[in-house]
Amino acid sequence: MRNQQATQLLSELSRPGRTAVTWPACDVPEQPIEDLIPGNYLSDKALQLPELTEGEVVRHYTNLSTKNMSVDTHYYPLGSCTMKYNPKRNERLASLPGIVDLHPYQDESTIQGMLQLLFELQGIFSEISGLPACSLQPAAGAHGELTALMVAAKYFKSIGEDRKVVLAPDSSHGTNPASAQMAGFKAVSIKSDPAGGVDMEDFRAKLTDDIAVLMITNPSTLGLFEKNIREIADAVHEKGGLIYLDGANMNAILGITRPGDFGADMMHYNPHKTFSGPHGGGGPGAGPICVTDKLEPFLPSPVVVKDGESYKLNFDRPESIGRVRSFFGNVGVLVRAYCYILSHGPVGLRGVSENAVLNANYLLSQVKHFLPVPRGERCMHEFVASASKLKQERGITAMDIGKRLLDYGFHAPTVYFPLTIQEAIMIEPTETESKETLDAFVQTLFRITEEDAELLHDAPHSTPISRPNEVQAARSPCLRADFCST
Amino acid sequence: MTYLYNTPDDQHAMLKAIGVESIEELFSTIPDDLRLKRDLDLPPQMGELELTQHLSALAGKNASPATHACFLGGGSYDHFVPAAVDALASRGEFYTSYTPYQPEVSQGNLQAMFEYQTLICDLTGMDLSNASLYDGGSALAEAVIMALNTGKRGEKVVVLGTVHPEYRLILQTYFTHLGIEIVEIPCVDGIADLSKVEEIVDADTNCVVVQSPNFFGGIEDVAAIAEIAHKNDAVVIQSFDPISLGLLKRPGDLGADIAVAEGHSLGSPMQYGGPYLGIMACNDKFVRRLPGRIVGQTEDRRGKRCWVLTLQTREQHIRREKATSNICTNQGLFALRASIYLALLGPGGMKQCASLCTQKAHYAQAKLTEVERLEPVFTGSPFFKEFVLRDTQGNVEGLLAEAREAGFLGGVPLGQFFPEMDDCFLVCVTEKRTKQEIDALARTFSLIHSGGSTIHA
Repeated sequence: MRNQQATQLLSELSRPGRTAVTWPACDVPEQPIEDLIPGNYLSDKALQLPELTEGEVVRHYTNLSTKNMSVDTHYYPLGSCTMKYNPKRNERLASLPGIVDLHPYQDESTIQGMLQLLFELQGIFSEISGLPACSLQPAAGAHGELTALMVAAKYFKSIGEDRKVVLAPDSSHGTNPASAQMAGFKAVSIKSDPAGGVDMEDFRAKLTDDIAVLMITNPSTLGLFEKNIREIADAVHEKGGLIYLDGANMNAILGITRPGDFGADMMHYNPHKTFSGPHGGGGPGAGPICVTDKLEPFLPSPVVVKDGESYKLNFDRPESIGRVRSFFGNVGVLVRAYCYILSHGPVGLRGVSENAVLNANYLLSQVKHFLPVPRGERCMHEFVASASKLKQERGITAMDIGKRLLDYGFHAPTVYFPLTIQEAIMIEPTETESKETLDAFVQTLFRITEEDAELLHDAPHSTPISRPNEVQAARSPCLRADFCST
Repeated sequence: MTYLYNTPDDQHAMLKAIGVESIEELFSTIPDDLRLKRDLDLPPQMGELELTQHLSALAGKNASPATHACFLGGGSYDHFVPAAVDALASRGEFYTSYTPYQPEVSQGNLQAMFEYQTLICDLTGMDLSNASLYDGGSALAEAVIMALNTGKRGEKVVVLGTVHPEYRLILQTYFTHLGIEIVEIPCVDGIADLSKVEEIVDADTNCVVVQSPNFFGGIEDVAAIAEIAHKNDAVVIQSFDPISLGLLKRPGDLGADIAVAEGHSLGSPMQYGGPYLGIMACNDKFVRRLPGRIVGQTEDRRGKRCWVLTLQTREQHIRREKATSNICTNQGLFALRASIYLALLGPGGMKQCASLCTQKAHYAQAKLTEVERLEPVFTGSPFFKEFVLRDTQGNVEGLLAEAREAGFLGGVPLGQFFPEMDDCFLVCVTEKRTKQEIDALARTFSLIHSGGSTIHA
């Protein structure tokens, strides 16, 4: 069934004279273009774009799509990415005329419905987080981190304090230290303890007077709730610092516990994870942030406010950090999150987390018998197994296992992250998978650990390509079609 | 439960296998005093029908191009999106996959991103493109970061006053608290003042940021600006309009070292401002400094051509605080849409689209300035698809409000960005606007002027 033509590039399929779009004739009196724009600004050669018919473009991209695994087609237990089902209703609703076709500079009187939705969503995000103020502007989780750290910097400046240190556990996502650095802070790493939590001794040693922010992912990347969170938050607050919660793992605690209640001063959401925005092959996401009242004045402008019966964009925010993005934010993603949350209601949303945690613990209880889970018997929404023993005994790596899963029609878990676990295999089932799927996955995983090591090193065997030479790709970069020697 | 698969029987069996009595017990690691002891205060659950009615009601309170002819621009544009873009990009295999960490089962996305990079290089005349960033404004900030990181000592960032005001605000947010000096050069007659550029750009200048076509629609002399910048060993960053390149010289032909753009015009809807597509292309010399994802070509074990994420040692998941940027995702879906759009249009379609914009915008400018109350503002420079009008009665809000009543989103008031221009507004004309709509808008403005009743579009 596989169509080899799909591996051809657009430029190879192109034939001069083909086209897929017929524009209408110009209905205004036409003038020579040189009379409108001086010739020295006009391009003197045609663009080197491919020339194709609509049918060819459709076949090309349809064939390409069949080379992807996706949530719609496969179980996708990619840890830390929350690959849950993406409801089709959200796509249709976000595409309604009057939602998808709004221009960002329309007068407020013509977008009252949109502003109402965004105003309500600000409130919804605040309620779920336990943090009263919200900005919907950041474009992705990492962008939310950066924005919140800029908010923190401005806050400290406003109270005349020069604080430079941002602490983050060594198991945190790489965006944490990178965001801290971009916001002008010095990123300092805290060790994890053997149980996977924050090493309290190392934490106390690094908790200096110039701490600005401690960034923490809770539940952690290892799928564990940080048992010392209150103590950590109190200690940081006592030093005058702020707690930032990386909300990547909110899918585990919706309606169960709230970041604002366990000590966070700021956080971001990943709506494409927690609230089912489609991942789109790597984006778009969105990165709304919520903060405490004392940080509210520093949030980006504008925010939506309600004034009597009408909704307005408030730009009059003299202490705001300003803008981090053009226009309002990734509204299309936010609309889907709004639809998702309303589809669940408060009880349903808690049910999401309960079942995400149930599925993860069930999987953990089955997997641990043949793949050790070094940090605990229980987890929240995900857990990290290790292939370390298999590697020592039979030379089988986490990568081998991940690749072989592809042969059996399962997407691989996240491998080699977090860096604190050797041969890490990070599994996040999400709530939208059935027990049958989880059982089939466990059986397959077990079968793989019994398979011949050589077979695994060469896996996958049945995918459109075998393992690519990534070293060659990085050593002699070929980053566009006409610049490649191969 | 809405999207849950487990029946109560399944849940029971799973709890038994785990060795706990209840789901509640699974949360025992969360200290009791931190637990929420009530339901979240959220709107009640809605079924699909109810939700559809609710969203339709909200959508019904908004005016859109379906109800109003849209003459708004300023970085977001009402361009036409061919049906094939929606049909292909909404395939679940593209839509519901993620970052291609497993290249063997992600060749669809990887090849599409590689082709995106190729198409963007062809479009811009630049050597390299990443696999996209968030939007045009933050892409510009990332371009400045890249320039600042390339080694030259000077930390002065020179930004022309004709760059999108929101983009300039983003630069302020990203850089002023880091102590980086941003110097803005005021424009004259809606276009960069070359003598001022000559005067201000010096040996301490790290980069010069220019937008062309600029925020007012004017076409800048990028080549001349680039020459001044390069004489001072400064990096030239051009923000461009991708549709304009159907007609105008490409950033690569004009001497830009880094080219960035808001790319939503290439096949994605306006969506009240996002998600959009941050395009970033550059010269070869930035290859190991480029932020964001990059796809490279290689071979698999059987010698078959294939594609992978590459040069990842730039990225935060490897380098953490030493990464070139904190950016993690790209705008995969919108890069895909842009690729499909460019593949459908080809060189001829792009040229025609750009020509239609230019012809119609010039017709509209002539027609609207025939209205007694309105006059052109910047007359000294050529423009692409946008232009500025002045309401000689100084009541832009009132004028545009009456036009809205008649079914027109007639322009973007400029007073919100430039207090001294509170009698001016920006008009944009894309290929979608018809002569009939343009004539009707002109008639409406005339009628408003003469106090007569207005007509609907």
